[in-house]
Amino acid sequence: MLDLRLYLLQRLSALILAPMVLGHIAVMIYAVQGGLTAGEILGRTQGSLFWALFYGNFVFVVAVHAAIGLRVVAHEWLGLRGRGLTALGWGAFWVLLVLGMNAVWAVSVP
Amino acid sequence: MNARTKEMQVSVWRGTAAGGRYETFAVPEQENQTILDVVTWIQQYADPSLTYRFACRVGMCGSCAMMVNGTPRWTCRTHVKKVVRNGAVRIGPLRNLPVIKDLAADMDPFFDKWTAAEGRHHPGISRADPVQQIAPDNPGRVVANAGIECINCGVCYAACDTVAGNPDYLGPAALQRAWTVLNDVKDTGGQTVLDAVSGTGGCHNCHSIGSCTTCCPNELDPLAAIAGLKRETTRAYLRGRRDA
Ligand code: SF4
Ligand code: SF4
Ligand code: FES
Repeated sequence: MLDLRLYLLQRLSALILAPMVLGHIAVMIYAVQGGLTAGEILGRTQGSLFWALFYGNFVFVVAVHAAIGLRVVAHEWLGLRGRGLTALGWGAFWVLLVLGMNAVWAVSVP
Repeated sequence: MNARTKEMQVSVWRGTAAGGRYETFAVPEQENQTILDVVTWIQQYADPSLTYRFACRVGMCGSCAMMVNGTPRWTCRTHVKKVVRNGAVRIGPLRNLPVIKDLAADMDPFFDKWTAAEGRHHPGISRADPVQQIAPDNPGRVVANAGIECINCGVCYAACDTVAGNPDYLGPAALQRAWTVLNDVKDTGGQTVLDAVSGTGGCHNCHSIGSCTTCCPNELDPLAAIAGLKRETTRAYLRGRRDA
């Protein structure tokens, strides 16, 4: 259930995701090893345009990549097709995007 | 039958599209024996109503493929010794295709997809033109040669889990043929072929696990052909965007 367009979108999002995942893991290790408290972490992320953009992008690309992947799984394993499949793809995209952006907002804006 | 002749237990699928079950026959073992020999023995000595398909018996025609212990194989060139387990073998019709009767699968969807993938010649010249000279080491010719020995047996198609999950998927054989046609220097199909393999059932659905390449009895490599199609369709798409 992948045509050329969805295939390209999924490869492109994977290409962007790979270095971002590494960056994300590096940040996690740094924060844990350094023994930063939640307050100290928030102190660095809140008001930072860099972290807002980094994680904002991350969330967007994850939503695209995961939605296309779920679409394939739902078609091949559950036999979902047509409008149901389209709805599931977009549904997954929006749920991931809204939940993710909510979290990005919380750690970078207030 | 000689009392010393050993027998093996062969369970064979009996039934039609409406349903069926496995039926077990005791078949005498021979020193040299193929799965097709076993099926033929059952039909000639045990049950003449058993339906199956074969023609050449030497791995040329591609009509004898069946599931043997769960793996698709060309039965005329599969030795029993290689596949028998504890004196038993299970033989069924090719997977991923409708059953006509017993071991004969309906190959129509397989060949319909072959056509849908534009796996045919798109001539650029007529018989009035001089014959084109193609050097054997021409790069396109070399790639086309890699897939030319396909005997349409359907083994790769039966091995493909993506076909099982997505009935619209064109499958390894048809896509490999499209790749061969695309690289044939005499073929002018080009974009027509690329468009045919870029739809919802196209080459981009392949998960690159490679069951097709593992099972192909002619040792062809549909997986590599499909990777080639993914690359070329992407290239053509990006080129089209730039030119637009
Ligand atoms: S590599 Fe692709 S075509 Fe071959 S069996 Fe896997 S999904 Fe099917
Ligand atoms: S690619 Fe191999 S397995 Fe598939 S149809 Fe051709 S010969 Fe048979
Ligand atoms: S009978 Fe022709 S390939 Fe097996």
